[in-house]
Amino acid sequence: MEETLFSLTEEQIKTEELIQKVARREAGAITTFIGTVRELTNGKRTLHLEYQAYEPMAVKMLSQIGEEVIQKWPDAKIAITHRIGRLEISDIAVVIAVSSPHRITAYTANEYAIERIKQIVPIWKKEFWEDGTMWVGDQLEKQAYSEGKPPEGGNAL
Amino acid sequence: MIKVLLFAANRESIGKEQVEVEKSNISVSDLKKVLESEYPGSSFQHAMAAINESFVPDDEIVKTRDTVAFIPPVSGG
Repeated sequence: MEETLFSLTEEQIKTEELIQKVARREAGAITTFIGTVRELTNGKRTLHLEYQAYEPMAVKMLSQIGEEVIQKWPDAKIAITHRIGRLEISDIAVVIAVSSPHRITAYTANEYAIERIKQIVPIWKKEFWEDGTMWVGDQLEKQAYSEGKPPEGGNAL
Repeated sequence: MIKVLLFAANRESIGKEQVEVEKSNISVSDLKKVLESEYPGSSFQHAMAAINESFVPDDEIVKTRDTVAFIPPVSGG
């Protein structure tokens, strides 16, 4: 069976499993990015979070990010898992693992991937604050889709 | 008939995960107007559209039996 490099899950993400997906003899480096649920955002206290996804398209967009990474860094191997559903403070929301022969590619490609997730993957976060709730839009704090479409991957980094 | 998938705030304000619109050959921007007038309190102005899971611009024409997802600004990660 072909391994699943890009997936969504309602279960706790096991970082070690993503590391194993990209581990290989050619690799001299593996970077992992672990996105976790933060309690305080600009002084506001989060009680818990809920992530909602357009699941088939989200998986498709994660795979597209994988293809972009391979185009830019042909010797990289990447795996991404994003959690959906209810998450508590400090829970892991997303893990990105990248392996490559040299460390600079693993670092750079990993950062590229999380930026692209925030741009093009249809996953939304509902904040449950002490004093109310809100669906959070653009974490990049830019005007959403100012060009009428999600940004292309070509120019970032 | 066009199937429209709803997410995040629009899903909550309309109270459904999907709705059906009895139209065909309508632009994405006109479909947004139809939905906003049919469901007061909804907002599609900043939503990107995807037809059958691919992002499309607002002047794209939606055909009958297409599935249109309105995708608010994303916040994964």
